[in-house]
Amino acid sequence: MPAKTIDEPKKSQILAALEDQDTTVEIDDPLENEMILNMGPQHPATHGVLRLLVKLDGETVVACVPELGYLHRGYEKIAENSTYHEFIPHTDRLDYLSPISNNVAYVLAVEKLLGIDVPERAKYIRVLCCEMARVASHLVAVGSLGMDVGALTVLLWTFREREKLMDIYDVLCGARFTTSYTRIGGLQQDWTPKCTAMLHTFLNEFDDDLGEVEQLLTHNRIFIERCENVGCLSQEDAIAMGMTGPILRAAGVPRDLRKDNPYLVYEKLDFDVITYDESDVLARFYVRIAEMKQSASILRQALETIPVGPFAANEPKKVLPKKQPTYTKMEELIQDFMIINLGVDPPVGEVYQGVESSKGELGFYIISDGTGNPWRMKIRSPSMVNISALPKMLKGGMVSDIVAVIGSIDPVMGEADK
Amino acid sequence: MNEHILSSLKTQFPESIEKSIEFRGDLTVQVRKQDIVRVCEFLKTDAEYAFDMIIDLSGVDMYRPEGRFEVVYNIYSLKNKKYLRLKVLVDEADPVVQTLGGVWSGAAWHEREAFDMFGIKFEGHPDLRRMYMPEEYEYYPMRKDFPLMGIPDSIPLPRR
Repeated sequence: MPAKTIDEPKKSQILAALEDQDTTVEIDDPLENEMILNMGPQHPATHGVLRLLVKLDGETVVACVPELGYLHRGYEKIAENSTYHEFIPHTDRLDYLSPISNNVAYVLAVEKLLGIDVPERAKYIRVLCCEMARVASHLVAVGSLGMDVGALTVLLWTFREREKLMDIYDVLCGARFTTSYTRIGGLQQDWTPKCTAMLHTFLNEFDDDLGEVEQLLTHNRIFIERCENVGCLSQEDAIAMGMTGPILRAAGVPRDLRKDNPYLVYEKLDFDVITYDESDVLARFYVRIAEMKQSASILRQALETIPVGPFAANEPKKVLPKKQPTYTKMEELIQDFMIINLGVDPPVGEVYQGVESSKGELGFYIISDGTGNPWRMKIRSPSMVNISALPKMLKGGMVSDIVAVIGSIDPVMGEADK
Repeated sequence: MNEHILSSLKTQFPESIEKSIEFRGDLTVQVRKQDIVRVCEFLKTDAEYAFDMIIDLSGVDMYRPEGRFEVVYNIYSLKNKKYLRLKVLVDEADPVVQTLGGVWSGAAWHEREAFDMFGIKFEGHPDLRRMYMPEEYEYYPMRKDFPLMGIPDSIPLPRR
């Protein structure tokens, strides 16, 4: 069968969608020509392969349609065709700026389905991982927001800090980026004293280093004027559109799953939920800065109170055995064979588990039919939902605001496109 | 809380509630398809429950003769800090559900994704386009009868 070719150019649906939007923005001195601007998918300031179709009147945005799917890899389909363990490495590739917290979110959902509880030490290590990932991801968000509005130094400084966290990942699980650190019922390996020492070193310097970064931006008149009162989203809209994470909290809604629906050991740790009322790009920036400080405080508390003990649950039919006994003992060899080849044996049912990732609520909805691979797995990705508010935020703003607003949403297309 | 929601839904809509399951603390309520908008409006505007956010909307292909598809709504109440799942069954012959965009505007993008992946149509949706796949794509990739390897030549190549 010969390959199909594209027919004669017809008006694409995305262009029709843009022209259908009502353009009720009033402009004092409109220039005569209306223009359609195509941003992306290869535009460097769109944080990955996000494509925006923007209708401009002079320099004012009157309508905008985001287009997703340039990084669609069909992870939900892959999940249906692999066992629960096999999918863990794929979660690294969702939000690739905080892979380790995606690992935690996924195994929490699977553990809820299986009904197993992990030891206390594993929970603390997972909290440490999640908060390190949050700091690392917010550092990138702040740095790239600065870069988007023209302050390049900030990106270099925040990446320097992030690099120290990547080094801790490296010691912890042997990978800087694609961590795949968690396992169902536990972790790949234990937290080590070397990690503790490295994290202490990082935390001791972090307040000063973050202060320097903060000073570069909060004392920068250009940055403030480019971000203040830009990309506003009303509180009602933010709730109705299902915004989560820093965007919702910058709109004055104190929703944080770590407090509201606590998982792991967050109810034992003391931290504040940061909210701002302005709901503009600057407020989102302040929320992220303050959240990093809270995360540093959580990390200190967790390092102080982390108990000793096992780091994997004692559930031989569900938790992968360690390598040493697998090679030397018959029972473990059988369990390893069964889990690898047939998968864990979950009950029939459906669960949803959401966690507060750095971008917002990352959730996994799993329908199990009782076999080793999920019947259906839906990934609730915060970036995709947050991007859906872009047209509202951009409408009535200037072309140059677009990059600042995208930077404040901090989308990761690996997660938005799945 | 779960029993409370379920009993008041049953008194409010005795005809509409078809089934309910509680598993691991999550409540799932199956609603008759034509009543989903009414039930959702009640849950959103009721002062006691105030389910004011739609967190997730997901299509499911159960691959069975009757009610092949499911649409699962995951809604959240900021007041009670509580999740609730609603579910409607959709037949393959008539895969149309009323849109929830009028209740929660955030539902619009999730519905586009369900349309793209399963071919479930949402009646009254203002902008029901494909979300991830190319516009001229003919298949619905998350359906169970779509092969994992994809279909050769299904994505048109650029003309030379």
